[in-house]
Amino acid sequence: MRGIPISALIGLVFTTAYFLAAILADLLAPYGMAEVVGGVWEPSSAEHWLGTDGIGRDLLSRMIYGGRTTILVATAATLLSFTLGSVLGFLAAVRGGWVDQLLSRLVDLMMSIPSLISALVVLSVMPVTLPVLILVMGILDATRVFRLSRAVAVDIAVMDYVEAARLRGERQGWIIAREILPNALSPLVAEMGLRFIFMVLFISTLSFLGLGVQPPLADWGGIVKENKDGIVYGIPAALIPAVAIATLAISVNLVADWVLNRTTSLKGGRGG
Amino acid sequence: MNPILKLLVQRIALGLVLLFAASVLIFVGTTILPGDVAQNILGQGATPQALENLRAQLGLNDPAYVRYFNWLGGVLQGDLGTALTNGQDIATSMGGRLWNTLFLAFWAAVVSVPLAILLGLIAVRYRDRWPDKVISTITLATVSVPEFLLGYIAIFLLSVTFPIAPSLAMINDSMSLGAKLQAISLPVLVLVLTVLGHMMRMTRAAILNVMQSAYIETAELKGLRPFTVIARHALPNAIAPVVNVVMLNMAYLVVGVVVVEVVFVYPGMGQYLVDHVAKRDVPVVQACGLVFAAVYISMNILADVISILTNPRLRHPK
Amino acid sequence: MAEPLLTIEGLRIEATAYPPGEPPRDVVLVEDVSFALEKGKVLGLIGESGAGKSTIGLSSMAYGRGGVRLTGGAIRLNGRDIRLAGSSDLRKLRGREVTYVAQSAAAAFNPALRLMDQVIETSLRHGILSKEAAEKRAISLFRKLGLPNPESIGRRYPHQVSGGQLQRVMTAMALCPKPDLVIFDEPTTALDVTTQIEVLAAIKEAIADTGVAALYITHDLAVVAQVADAIMVLRAGKKVEYGTTQQIIETPREDYTRALVSVRSIDHKEKAEAELVLSVRNVTARYRGTNFDVLKNINVDLPAGQTLAVVGESGSGKSTLARVITGLLPASRGEINFAGRVLSPELRARSKDDLRELQMIYQMADTAMNPRQTVGTIIGRPLEFYFGLKGEARRKRVQELLDQIEMGSGYIDRYPAELSGGQKQRVCIARALAAKPKLIICDEVTSALDPLVADGILKLLLELQAQEHVAYLFITHDLATVRAIADRIAVMYRGEVVRYGTKTDVLSPPFDDYTDLLLSSVPEMKLGWLEKVIETRSMEAAGN
Repeated sequence: MRGIPISALIGLVFTTAYFLAAILADLLAPYGMAEVVGGVWEPSSAEHWLGTDGIGRDLLSRMIYGGRTTILVATAATLLSFTLGSVLGFLAAVRGGWVDQLLSRLVDLMMSIPSLISALVVLSVMPVTLPVLILVMGILDATRVFRLSRAVAVDIAVMDYVEAARLRGERQGWIIAREILPNALSPLVAEMGLRFIFMVLFISTLSFLGLGVQPPLADWGGIVKENKDGIVYGIPAALIPAVAIATLAISVNLVADWVLNRTTSLKGGRGG
Repeated sequence: MNPILKLLVQRIALGLVLLFAASVLIFVGTTILPGDVAQNILGQGATPQALENLRAQLGLNDPAYVRYFNWLGGVLQGDLGTALTNGQDIATSMGGRLWNTLFLAFWAAVVSVPLAILLGLIAVRYRDRWPDKVISTITLATVSVPEFLLGYIAIFLLSVTFPIAPSLAMINDSMSLGAKLQAISLPVLVLVLTVLGHMMRMTRAAILNVMQSAYIETAELKGLRPFTVIARHALPNAIAPVVNVVMLNMAYLVVGVVVVEVVFVYPGMGQYLVDHVAKRDVPVVQACGLVFAAVYISMNILADVISILTNPRLRHPK
Repeated sequence: MAEPLLTIEGLRIEATAYPPGEPPRDVVLVEDVSFALEKGKVLGLIGESGAGKSTIGLSSMAYGRGGVRLTGGAIRLNGRDIRLAGSSDLRKLRGREVTYVAQSAAAAFNPALRLMDQVIETSLRHGILSKEAAEKRAISLFRKLGLPNPESIGRRYPHQVSGGQLQRVMTAMALCPKPDLVIFDEPTTALDVTTQIEVLAAIKEAIADTGVAALYITHDLAVVAQVADAIMVLRAGKKVEYGTTQQIIETPREDYTRALVSVRSIDHKEKAEAELVLSVRNVTARYRGTNFDVLKNINVDLPAGQTLAVVGESGSGKSTLARVITGLLPASRGEINFAGRVLSPELRARSKDDLRELQMIYQMADTAMNPRQTVGTIIGRPLEFYFGLKGEARRKRVQELLDQIEMGSGYIDRYPAELSGGQKQRVCIARALAAKPKLIICDEVTSALDPLVADGILKLLLELQAQEHVAYLFITHDLATVRAIADRIAVMYRGEVVRYGTKTDVLSPPFDDYTDLLLSSVPEMKLGWLEKVIETRSMEAAGN
């Protein structure tokens, strides 16, 4: 662990903790996800650390199960957007020509509409289920990954060492795998963190608008929606997800920053 | 033809093409995808005959491209169609709401743009010292919380715990400007917080980029006052990147508005769109999507136009 | 005797370094440097990159670039110590007493302002001249510096003027407020050699006419010998030798100075005729989507085991020729014969042996090696790819190659970032050598290196040529390098070979106009060389 700055370490610990809580939700949650176990909006107590929600469910359990849904959907959508975006981005960069033109213009077009608006438009005709949400979010976000990975790969593809490999007679697959990918990986990994945060915010926003995860399944955005009416009576139940989302987002941000800094310091430089 | 004019015409033409393509995309997104509008409206229990009648009434039996051009033709004449849910003319119901949304976005921009530029300048002036670090920490926190939660935090703190602003942003035409501003104070605050972080960080980066150029060193080595260096040498070159940053964030603001309107039950476009997505009222969704896309694309064109106009290389060709 | 204009005594300059993954630490950039500069005299500061010469130059206006701190010693300018002067005092002396000419004028001018406004800005802001007087002085300086249209060039914007002209405008900008001292920081380094000589002559004349003192910073001893009265040789922030120009050039005392003076004096006799390894016949080429030929009807030959130097300035098409021979840019017409067979113009259609026997070394060793691969992998890949060497056998061969390029056993598992500039270029040479090529194309391989390091690389290349009987196509803009290494020379100008033959033939008169201009523009390590060239040229011009 030597050489990891304290901020990255904090980020790493929190991020791991959130993912563990998501995986072990069934073991950690004191009550069932949809189980009504108390009164309406009970304050925090020994039985209910975070109190109960608008219909008497344990909020801590809702938060843990909600975290599982939010993190699951965000992770799946991130993986989809990454696979799709980076494969197409590399393809466009290496092949060039009409493949590049076609994909790049298509991405320009998709990005000319804000992704929340696009999502709302599509969700107005699609059934709102988890696979559909993951698909819609992943595809819309793949445009950003495409732009980044294409830009990174184009920068690398003009390097003399790639030209040297081409002059040596190496096959295109080898060049992508051995010369381009290792150098593109770190900026992409850092970006992956940022995309994940964006996905968490995105799915929470959709759920809050009632167009994301559907009840009784819990998720952080949904918990805000379910408890927002309490706010005006001074009941802060709806704000609990804010803490969870913010800490998760900041932790992942810290890790991503560290990965990115580590890469830039490796690039070029005269060294010893 | 003047090369700069040519470039502007090209850029604007490209924007129009993009807008046209976006309209195709929106139309395709709502028609080709699985999901039958007629079924959605009438529900699972509808008889085949009723479904067929509705399809005919909506023109769903025509080929997609015919329906698209019918729709586009209407849009170009200001006819956005009729809402399925209540049969009202969409353009009429949208008019006032669009104005409300622009009103909200305008005031958010009026507050956030100068503030972001000011904070960006402070962050550059005290780079890597505590004011810079404080600003960047706070902005990192605000961009890590989704808009709707910022909204509820604001309501909880500022209208419940310390009741100084209304939690609902109800406005209507009969209100005075002051009353309207009072009503939208919290949504404006939330919108400002959402865009401030990005805008300040990007402004900081843009100005730093200019401040690190060799010609700023030249100016310093001429023995000019810091103010002269900034006003005469940094500012003219920083305008284009900063304006670009501002425009990109204004475009972002347009999206932030959707969520914030729902939180504060504000009678604008965002709420209108979200309501009708839930009701699966496709014509309204198409119309709203098109309007949002148009605003977003125009903002981007405007940003490009300004950066073309402020580029000395283009203004004074060889 | 009056006090000198500028006296620097025991100067010490420090900065904070931020090595990745380590805590920041202070590093000493300049240590114990002392010199004095009289009014109207020129002192040359010379050294390789990292010698601290620019840092010292800027210290004479008490300016530290990017967190550089002047931590010790005295900087006496016009009778007062300015090292710790306050910012308002510094503002008064910068631009009024001392001005600065940067290496890259293109970046040093504000793109948004007209040239004239920038040239007279200092005079106006310091209240030295009225606007009319300043503009008049600027125009007369433009004329003196040989700028075209001196009356109107000030109305142009920086991007509307060429690099060589911009450098002269910058000199005018520095001279306009009538300073006591001008710092010239590598003012001709970014220019082509034929432009350099013009700018150099203009600067020299302007210095003489205005009677200003100057610090002239450069890495090129031959250049500074033409303009300086005295020279200080610097290395790693310390003084190596300090003396009059004549003493430094003619009787250098230190080994390092001697090495700098004798740089590129490698004695290389051209080899006898031999069988051709490469023969380029009537090659014409253009880039896709353009409508003019970047190469026009090129004909050159290269005998096996010899060196063909392709010389030209930027834009002459010399690097394009390399791209055509390697197949990266297929020729539109003509034929390339290589090792007794006709090469396909397309890279993809070439056989593995074609590829193996024709290797390439690049100018920037930094970007020519994958930063994520070790030296062993970089050199080992051609061994595996062409000869199927694996495991221990491959490692053994890599080590042999490393020995050949005079790098020890400790380097095989290192990454490029851990190597010096010269070592990187050596690894690239080893990678090319690993393929057992018949021809290596060397594209400006020494241009990015300091002179002594470059010398080492040239010597290594010559040794390897003797051992391996490999031919070089050596692309360069530097005629000293050509003299050191070539058997044959092709001079290129605007996409054409204007002169081609053996080294002796090409470098002996009678010359064509362009070769004459090119050859006479290369600075020589001789006092008075510049005057002689300028005199000859003006006589020729008068004669015509």
